[in-house]
Order: sequence, then structure tokens, then C-alpha cells
Amino acid sequence: MNSKYIEKDKLLLLEITEEIDHHTTEKIRRKADNEITRFMPRKVIFDFSNVTFMDSAGIGMVLGRYKMINMLGGSLEMINVSPSIKKIFEMSGIVKICPIKEAV
Amino acid sequence: MKSIYENEMKLEFISKSNNEAFARISVAAFAAQLDPTIEELADIKTSVSEAVTNSIIHGYEDTEGTVKVICKIIGNSILIEISDTGKGIENVDEAKRPLYTSKPNLERSGMGFTIMESFMDEVKIESILGIGTKVTMKKLIKKEETSETDITEMLSQIGSQIANNISEEE
Repeated sequence: MNSKYIEKDKLLLLEITEEIDHHTTEKIRRKADNEITRFMPRKVIFDFSNVTFMDSAGIGMVLGRYKMINMLGGSLEMINVSPSIKKIFEMSGIVKICPIKEAV
Repeated sequence: MKSIYENEMKLEFISKSNNEAFARISVAAFAAQLDPTIEELADIKTSVSEAVTNSIIHGYEDTEGTVKVICKIIGNSILIEISDTGKGIENVDEAKRPLYTSKPNLERSGMGFTIMESFMDEVKIESILGIGTKVTMKKLIKKEETSETDITEMLSQIGSQIANNISEEE
């Protein structure tokens, strides 16, 4: 996972660089939580450009991070999500609280 | 004795989570012979991933066991059976309910069966407590149809060739 923190916007950009399943979410979760506790951002953006596969484990992972960021009064978004993966997020309804945006 | 299926394969592996990727790639490789679209392949891989993950984290929980994956080709359909000899499901209807999970502490979303049922054409769950669970899924891989314009094109090409032959003979 690559992380970039933009101080002036208190924005944490997390680029996931692997497939997302039950096995990989353990590591992804740990790294994301480390970065969030380190920077205490106002907004977290997960970049899915390099994610070629995701199953429902990804829903739980994003939701878990959302709960954490929500406690800090922040928000979470996802960008560059492929159509197949977007389909899975939309099925769970999580997009209502963690919107999928087109990258600017 | 010849099988009624055009092709079959069987995989067995230990219930370690790093085998989730192995299972879905293997099934995708086997399904390739049906010439699926990228989306159909993604649907199959995701469904396999969900079922295998269920065997690992629910079926075998804190123990270790064998997960079995059987794939069969019949016509343009692929049949996938994923089974384990784990603890079994006490209430299948409850397990199938969207967003229901017995493991919220593992950050599970409870969407596994919902995803399988959306992405595959048929899903059957058989389970006996203390014996194990078998999930059987089936998906028809749609053949691309020749469009009307293609047929018209072909006929006109045949027609011109016949016309040419006739004019050459004269």
C-alpha cells in the first residue's frame, strides 16, 4: 500500500496495490490503520487503480476503516474503482456512506 | 465409462487463506475453455473466492482441514462444487441472509452468499452440522451470437462470388 498525506487538506491518500480478499485484508487493514492513527486525517481516499480483484472482504475492510475515520469526524471516499468491483460495493449499500468518485 | 461431462477437474488444498487466490485462478483457468467474457470470469472468480473463504474461516474456523474444489463443464455451463468437512452451518437460511455474519469481529460483511447468488445462475448449499458443507454453483457462459448485419454481409459476399462465377463462364 502506498500512502500520501496532503497536510493542507488533511487528506490521506491510500493506494491499494494488491488483490483484496480475506487473506490480504489483514495486512491492508493494519497498514491503513497505522497511517490513519499517524496522521489523523479529515478525509481518507482509497485509490483502487491497481486493484485487479476484490471479493466481499473488501466491503468489511472499507467499512472498518470508515468506522474509525467517522469516530475522528472525518470522511472516506474511493476512487478509480473498476466496474466489477463497483458492482460489489453497490450491492452492499456501503456507497451511501463511502462514495465512489471519479478521480480528478 | 465415459463421463456425461465434457471436462472435469478436482483440486484439494489445505484451508490456508493464501490458497484463496490459488483456488480462484485455477477455476478461472479451467473456465477459460468456455471463452467467457472478462466480466463472466470476474463473477466466477469472486464466487469461488467467497465459497472457499467460507470453508476456511467458518467451516474450519480455528482448525485446519482440506477444501475440495470440483469443476465440471456441461455444454456451455460450468458447475463448481466447493466443499469442506468442517463444522457445518446450523441455519442455512440465516447464513444466506444479506449482511448476516457470525463473525463481525473479523470485519466480515455477511455478503458472501448474496454475491454468489447474484453472480452465478444457480447456487445450492448443503450442510450437516459436524460433518461439513458443500456449495454447488452453476453458470452459463453465453455464446456471442452472429449479428444480422454479419449474416447480410456474408450472404452478399456469397452472392457476388456466384455472380462473378456466372459472368466468367459467359
